[in-house]
Amino acid sequence: MNDNLLTISGATKQFGGLTALNSLDFTIPRNGIVSLIGPNGAGKTTFFNCITGFYKLTTGSIEFDGRMIHNRDPDEITCWGVTRTFQNIRLFNNMTVIENVLVGQEPRLKSGVIGAILGLPSVSQEDAAADEEARRILRFVGLRGVGDMMAKNLPYGDQRRLEIARALASKPKLILLDEPTAGMNPRETAETTTLIRRIRDERGVTVLLIEHDMKVVMGISEKVTVLDYGQKIAEGTPAEVQSDSRVIEAYLGRGAAATVTAA
Amino acid sequence: MQNQTNQTRQMDWRLVGRVGGLAGIIALYTGAVGMVVTFDQRSLIVGWLTLGQALLFGAVFAGGYLLAHKTAETHSRNNQLFGGLVAGALAGLPMTAVLLLAQYINVRSVFVNISPALFNIVTLGYDTAGLGLFIGVTAVLGFLGAGVRILPEGARRPLLTALIGVTLVGLLSELFNQILRPMLGRQLMSQLILSNALRPMTALVLFVVIGGVSALWTAKGENVRQAIADLPTVRRTQLTWGGRSLGILVLLTLPLFLGVYLSEVLDNVGLFILMGLGLNIAVGLAGLLDLGYVANYAIGAYIMAILTTTGGPGGEPIMSFWAALPFSVIGAMIAGFVFALPVLRMRGDYLAIATLGFGEITRILVLSDWMSPLIGGAQGILFIPKPDLFGFVFRGPQQFYYIILAGCFLAVFVSWRLNNSRIGRKWMAIREDEDVAASMGINLVKTKVLAFTLSAAFGGLAGGIFAAKLGTVFPQSFTLLISINVLSLILVGGMGSVIGVVLGAFVLVGLPELLREFAEYRLLLYGALLIVMMLVRPEGLWPSEARARELHGDEEEPPLDEIPGGTGLEVEIETGVRP
Repeated sequence: MNDNLLTISGATKQFGGLTALNSLDFTIPRNGIVSLIGPNGAGKTTFFNCITGFYKLTTGSIEFDGRMIHNRDPDEITCWGVTRTFQNIRLFNNMTVIENVLVGQEPRLKSGVIGAILGLPSVSQEDAAADEEARRILRFVGLRGVGDMMAKNLPYGDQRRLEIARALASKPKLILLDEPTAGMNPRETAETTTLIRRIRDERGVTVLLIEHDMKVVMGISEKVTVLDYGQKIAEGTPAEVQSDSRVIEAYLGRGAAATVTAA
Repeated sequence: MQNQTNQTRQMDWRLVGRVGGLAGIIALYTGAVGMVVTFDQRSLIVGWLTLGQALLFGAVFAGGYLLAHKTAETHSRNNQLFGGLVAGALAGLPMTAVLLLAQYINVRSVFVNISPALFNIVTLGYDTAGLGLFIGVTAVLGFLGAGVRILPEGARRPLLTALIGVTLVGLLSELFNQILRPMLGRQLMSQLILSNALRPMTALVLFVVIGGVSALWTAKGENVRQAIADLPTVRRTQLTWGGRSLGILVLLTLPLFLGVYLSEVLDNVGLFILMGLGLNIAVGLAGLLDLGYVANYAIGAYIMAILTTTGGPGGEPIMSFWAALPFSVIGAMIAGFVFALPVLRMRGDYLAIATLGFGEITRILVLSDWMSPLIGGAQGILFIPKPDLFGFVFRGPQQFYYIILAGCFLAVFVSWRLNNSRIGRKWMAIREDEDVAASMGINLVKTKVLAFTLSAAFGGLAGGIFAAKLGTVFPQSFTLLISINVLSLILVGGMGSVIGVVLGAFVLVGLPELLREFAEYRLLLYGALLIVMMLVRPEGLWPSEARARELHGDEEEPPLDEIPGGTGLEVEIETGVRP
């Protein structure tokens, strides 16, 4: 089997005249933690939307786990094992915490309409098992005793956790985290970093994250890819990327890059 | 007292003007469209109050109440009362001005209903001087309205309940007359209710009784509830089951009390409940606005008609009612499914317009020459026999009631099961956020088509029963108005809620049948009711828990921690996220 869980080649996405992604080649090794960084507007979230099927690529291909997934619908891609969280938290606010996680389990549930109407034992068994599993996942991300709360009433940090729990519920192979530590204090950030590592180590889920916090990126990523204006400008281990002049330029401007390189 | 905490503020004259003006315009409007005069022919309390007067003066009273309600926390009591007085007087002005004008210019060529009859009602019979009296009366009513509002809760609630209660009983006195006459006898009944209005004595007694009961409940209701809650579980279960069996008993014996006419009304309400519960699956549970629901009703009815008509006196039907009923249901489901496939890729408003088209297409197809060899075009289909079951013939409305009741129970059961299952959760997720639902692996099209198809099933069921009940089907029975009625009853009752649908059907379908005076103004009143509902209680009369949350979510407990990166860590520390 291929060593790469996700292989993207020549991915281009245009919105009218604007090229958001420009012939991008990208791979994620199985069981890796890969970070995607880049200045605002570099096309990171567009990239996520293309992988998860919200946007269709203009040209190029995305292969996931031996299957071509570009041009597929979001729900199919999720069922094949890619889930995500959102940059601005998008929970089902008026549903309870546990219901949110139950919805996340959708791809794995099988009971049908007729069974639900008749109340077949197999359906109630599946419901019970799903409920059990949802509570287990909530414990995994560190949410306890809040199962019956409305999602919108959770504190901010817990909402982020819940989003991760919801994404994990479908037992994905790849999870895409869009700025998981945005707006968190250092302590919460540290906890989230640990959680991300545990997602990979304990659950065997490959992680791709967009992140602005360099401490997080450098701390957990095995590979970092830098985007700017829809193009990949650098790729490598955190240390390699950190010293790359084009990266510094993209972040700090041309003059700064010269100064840093000179120093 | 709340209203004495902050009395320093001046009278809010603009608010007084607004409320008074609004009440005045409502009074004038109802007069100018002829409601006051039409309703005046119907008395509520013999010799004392007609429906027309109740409408005219009720608006002013409500205005005074509303004003005091709005100023409850900012104005002193005296200011509230004075404001009510002024607003009441203001409310009388528009009507007075127009009627005065009518003395000199012929306004009737434009406003047909500004008639001497209206003049008589407004002036209480006292010629032009009566116009002054009218303003006096409205001022007093505004004052009284405000006065009721500033009463302490313990007195206000019983008073209002009694007022509303007596008005309702007065409105429905014909109903009470019919139900109670067999038990109490004609002699006694005519002492209580004269044809269709309450006797003054009856009204007074009712007022005292309703007010008394309400006062008692306001004072002691909490204790009773507490006492029930304190009962041991076994007793409480017994109590609930007792209540339920009593309810079922009442439901089963209802047609026997009601007689033919009221059973007919009840059947109509029942068919709309059935359709409402069906449409509720699409609109309330899955959030798909469907304006063409009548199509399912029509399809169900026509399938039933085609399959069971005898074609003429003495002919033989293709199959019996019971055999045809599943075809009605399945036919409507297939139509709903086929239609839903292309249409459900649209969202929100676009979907509503497309479904509107679906309803109209069905109606026009039914009327068309092309289909007429099969379904008779404008002539419709006649000679649909009455169903029978083991020799029991469902001849009239009193017997059909049971078929409809069974249908409603089925619909309630199915929607309850669906709502509490995985499918219900998917629908709710789609209602909340379609994109996220899709990224959770929910197939939007499949899930929506499912909601649409299941929803259509009950429309078909209602249509099949309707065709057999009427014995004939005509295209005219399947107008857009039915779709609108069904949707409105869900909106008024409360989306997603079974009890809401039942309540909405009684208010929007049952009441107009009983109050024939309203017939002419039915659509006007619908519109007014919908607007008022959306302003005052957008979640409906009896909303489902989820809907109430969606619409009033912001007013409840705010998030524990709105500032990113604040507290909320206590939970995590002990759960061992740290390594």
